[in-house]
Amino acid sequence: MNTQAPVLQLKDIRKNFDAVVAIENFSLDIYPGEIVALVGDNGAGKSTLIKIVSGVYGPSSGTITIEGETVAMSSATMARSHGIEVVYQDLALADQQAVYMNMFLGRELTNGIGLLDRKTMISETEKLVKELDVRIPSAHATIRDLSGGQRQGVAIARATRWAKKLILLDEPTAALGVAETAKVEEIVQSLKSRNIGVLIISHSLDQVFKLSDRICVLRRGKQIGIRKTSETNKNEIVSMITGVN
Amino acid sequence: MSSATSNAANPAMSMISRINIQQYVVYVGFLAIFLFFAIVLKDSGFLTVRNLSNIVLQTAPITIMAIGMVFVLSAGEIDLSIGSTVAVAALSAAVTMNAYGMIAGIAAGIGAGVAIGLVNGLLVAYVRLPSFLVTLATLGLFAGVARSLTNLRSIPVTDSMFTGFFGSGSLLGIPSLIWWTVIAIVAGHLIFRETRFGAHVLATGDNARAASVSGIPVPRIRLAVLVISGALAGLAGLLYAGRLQAAKYTLGETDLMTVIAAVIVGGTLLNGGKGSIIGALVGSLMMGMLNNGLILMGLSVSDQMIVRGLIILAAVAVSLREKLR
Repeated sequence: MNTQAPVLQLKDIRKNFDAVVAIENFSLDIYPGEIVALVGDNGAGKSTLIKIVSGVYGPSSGTITIEGETVAMSSATMARSHGIEVVYQDLALADQQAVYMNMFLGRELTNGIGLLDRKTMISETEKLVKELDVRIPSAHATIRDLSGGQRQGVAIARATRWAKKLILLDEPTAALGVAETAKVEEIVQSLKSRNIGVLIISHSLDQVFKLSDRICVLRRGKQIGIRKTSETNKNEIVSMITGVN
Repeated sequence: MSSATSNAANPAMSMISRINIQQYVVYVGFLAIFLFFAIVLKDSGFLTVRNLSNIVLQTAPITIMAIGMVFVLSAGEIDLSIGSTVAVAALSAAVTMNAYGMIAGIAAGIGAGVAIGLVNGLLVAYVRLPSFLVTLATLGLFAGVARSLTNLRSIPVTDSMFTGFFGSGSLLGIPSLIWWTVIAIVAGHLIFRETRFGAHVLATGDNARAASVSGIPVPRIRLAVLVISGALAGLAGLLYAGRLQAAKYTLGETDLMTVIAAVIVGGTLLNGGKGSIIGALVGSLMMGMLNNGLILMGLSVSDQMIVRGLIILAAVAVSLREKLR
């Protein structure tokens, strides 16, 4: 289906917390320019899986391969250094700082003598929010003066700025209104042209069908199956999620 | 893009009104108090060069400590221990200097401040105790240490090089206390506003979790700001010892409230994420001017305390209103 090598390969991932098995036998390949949705009921193991891919947890067994190279990640910093960015449900933005400082949070640019290079950070921010059509008043705007949709737009733009391989979106529209959700979905859609993989967790099947190329279903820590979005329907996915035919 | 600009109108407006109130309150307050004293006290010598430069000189230790407090508050912590750090540092410096000379004395003074900052910082950053409680405890603890160091005795500081350097001396016609103030303000402002460290301090105080997932070493930032605060309180202790040519356990005892007031009035938020070194300087000069003016007006010490307390209440009210909006 895709001639390019996958950006991320998960193989036989298993994670247990002492006797409790949170994830078992999970395998998934994500290709560049592809949006894969991860769906499942509460407690199905989606969050655990996101944490494994973002480096917060190491898997108990199984391998993570990024562009052909097997990696061991033990922190979010390591995942970032492999080109994986996460957009968290609760945004992880510093509210009282400017948009451009958030865009470069923890990775601020400096000039030759070690002082902040605001000019470059601002111009890069302006360029990126324009490309992604994130409508904010300016790169100088303070985050808390922005709407929920604008904030999520900034968070996604930040991930886009830094992700070389994969962006994880954890319920990116859970806290947004209808119009803002549509805007954020548009931004997510536009990520496909950037040749990075996107793994999105969502509770909204409408959204999943609108955005994704493939859907991966989890139930009680087990991988129930992966379907091409174009070859399945909501009924099938719902019955996979619930286990009821 | 056109809908972007119309969308922008509202946040932009609210931003402007916010900036007006918050950013300039200290300058407006400073000017108002200055004009008030200039008119009311015009026959009492408030406006003389001597009196005005005295205000700046007397304010130097407060300004130095206020710089440290901007870092601490911006990182979402607080340092209440500076009040006794000043005394411990001054006494350590005086005792050491009398035995081993000036350099050893300076090292002992700054070292005492750094050591207290380290104690605070390690407990806050790595044991995860709240800085309010840790530094409240060390405030009391080191007040006791300051008293027991010399059995409540005052220690003379006679090294003329030291008193010149940290007190009454001058360079190029400018008093050394002003040099210290200027150097500390410029360095503090540059580090706070223009370095990654400053940005990380603000991010830590703004949203520690966001800072942490963005790769900012949050515990190290918390440790660093408390060490900076301790070191600057140590320097303030040296300045007191230099100016008064003596060290005593009471040094700095009443400074804590003044420092916090100066910093908050200057636009630094009590809950972190926002701060201003220049604002703290103006706030600190405002506090010094207030002290000076109230004395010239003939207010009793108790009345001065009441007026200062009221000003601090007003400052905190403005600061917290801002945060809750």
